Amino acid sequence: MKSKAPSAPYLLWMAIFTIVPLGLVVYFALTTADGTFTIDNISRVGEYSGVLMHSIWLAAIATFICLVIAYPLAFYISRKPENKQRTLLMLCIIPMWMNFLLRTYAWMTLLEKNGLINRFFALFGMGPFNMINTKGAVVLGMVYNYLPFMILPLYSIMVKIDGRVIEAAQDLGANTYGVFSKVVLPLSMPGIRSGITMVFVPAISTFIISRMLGGGGNIMIGDLIDLQFLGNAYNPNLGAAISLVLMVLILLCMSITNQFDEEMEGMMI
Amino acid sequence: MRKRLFLLAAVPLMLLQVLTVPAFAEVEVEDYDYYQRFRGQGISINVHNWGEYISNDAEESIDVNAEFEELTGIKVNYTTFASNEELYARLKSGGASYDVIIPSDYMIARFIREDMLEELNLDNIPNAKFTNPEFMGMEYDPDDKYSIPYTWGTVGIIYNTTMVDNDITSWDSLWDARYLGDILMFSNPRDAFGIAQKRLGYSLNTHDLEELRDAADELKAQKSLVQAYVMDEIFDKMEGGEAALAPYYAGDAITMMDENPDLAFVVPQEGTNKFVDSICIPKGSKQKEAAEMYINFLCEPEVAAANIEYIGYSTPNLAAYELLDEETQNNPVIYPPAEIMAKAEFFYDLPPEVSAEMDALWVEVISAEVGYSKWTIPILILGCIVLSIGINVVRSVKKKRDIY
Repeated sequence: MKSKAPSAPYLLWMAIFTIVPLGLVVYFALTTADGTFTIDNISRVGEYSGVLMHSIWLAAIATFICLVIAYPLAFYISRKPENKQRTLLMLCIIPMWMNFLLRTYAWMTLLEKNGLINRFFALFGMGPFNMINTKGAVVLGMVYNYLPFMILPLYSIMVKIDGRVIEAAQDLGANTYGVFSKVVLPLSMPGIRSGITMVFVPAISTFIISRMLGGGGNIMIGDLIDLQFLGNAYNPNLGAAISLVLMVLILLCMSITNQFDEEMEGMMI
Repeated sequence: MRKRLFLLAAVPLMLLQVLTVPAFAEVEVEDYDYYQRFRGQGISINVHNWGEYISNDAEESIDVNAEFEELTGIKVNYTTFASNEELYARLKSGGASYDVIIPSDYMIARFIREDMLEELNLDNIPNAKFTNPEFMGMEYDPDDKYSIPYTWGTVGIIYNTTMVDNDITSWDSLWDARYLGDILMFSNPRDAFGIAQKRLGYSLNTHDLEELRDAADELKAQKSLVQAYVMDEIFDKMEGGEAALAPYYAGDAITMMDENPDLAFVVPQEGTNKFVDSICIPKGSKQKEAAEMYINFLCEPEVAAANIEYIGYSTPNLAAYELLDEETQNNPVIYPPAEIMAKAEFFYDLPPEVSAEMDALWVEVISAEVGYSKWTIPILILGCIVLSIGINVVRSVKKKRDIY
């Protein structure tokens, strides 16, 4: 029993700040404003299918782009000498020192019609390009904000891949593609998995990026939940129901990714 | 009995605060003794106000909260909110306790309906006598029991004269295809619906769901022309010439016009929304009398004038109005002529079912147009579960095969 004592503060923390709030979300989702049981809220979530699918779609694109950018970058960093690794990693993390809202606000000034990028192009007589208030700008905002969450887990797994393993594969006659698909990819699978989770989950529930960069005419599920609490009608019950459905969906997606990965690893070994 | 504060304050305080006296002795108050009741008791009050909604500039004008603390010895914990709805959510969830709040008209009506406000004791707020009678006995608080008006204003169109070639006189301009992609729109449902309703000639406070749907159709028709749905982002966008025209509050339009002289403001002929933000005390206030003292201080003519100069809105305080310079007093944007005010309408509190319908319609307006069946989500969840079971079955079959 002694070994459990150190975990007590953490368990208490979990109970108060994770279990209880989750219970409250479920409670609110299944009751009306005056506290009687109902499944109306849950069934009303169906009306917002369009918003939900839109969010899943944008979050999936952003996650994919993050993966494509972060994978080679993380591999490159992990093959450098240790002191250079530290510097490069630092460069990836520095944007996170600034507040999330400020970073997004900066993108607003960059992308606007009279923004810095368009003014730069105007010097060469090009443009103005319509960049802000598009879906592309929303995806850009998500990629920019969540890229470090993809790089870090990938890097921490890849740095553990022994350079001699790669050399051994090459000695045994594997070409570049073979080394990648038979050695590096399977070994970095856990990093990909946690990277996808760390980017996809926050991306799907973002609520300010779409308003600032997307012009607010194409809301995401996070904005919709926000609207239930700070909108005109104050409907925390519906807000909780939407959150609950979103959580269940994410949970299912994650468990499938996990099983799929294990399956792939199983096949490769 | 009006006396410069420092004359009276100097006597008891001179020994203690010789060095600091000139720094705070700026405000003229009606009754100095009244403000001394709580001195030395270590009392503090929680004030919750809109962002950028009080004068806090000691250099140019008055730092109102600091002056109040000096004058009374009561500490002011000052926090801000961004919308009436945010204030409502905060009070409703019961996590915070405030002594002074400054909501708008329709929200005050809702607070009163839900019994969330304390009745004010006007004996403690003698300066309420300065309130313009035009702003007393309002629909949201008919007996003036709960609120003292702080500011008022109207909604109109702010436009960039270099980007707009004809005179803007009507809400129709916000639906004008010539300004495709150059129009900004409110991102809060009540204001956005209000504009569509005025354009259609409906009341801002209709309970008729058909009229609401008509307004929503108007907003959907407008959507393809709209560059973005914004609130405070409008300052950057209009000042930087990012958009040609946008509806916004008159007081904020003044601020933007100061930054960019190309901007102009007009109240459309169809009529508009006028609003009053009033000072209230929410239920649960632990320092009601100190809060009333703070409200009285806000109604001091000098303080009210400093605040209104800082905010740029219009003042319902007659004595403060007298203190403003002539240019401000005669500015038709801030104090519009009577014929505009005659056509302006207040927001009233809507019944819950109308609010809910408005929110649902608003979500339709601002979400992507691709239609999905309402069964999409259940099917998606079901699909995920089936896939997950499938993977597990395949795996266990494979395991069995491996054993043999």
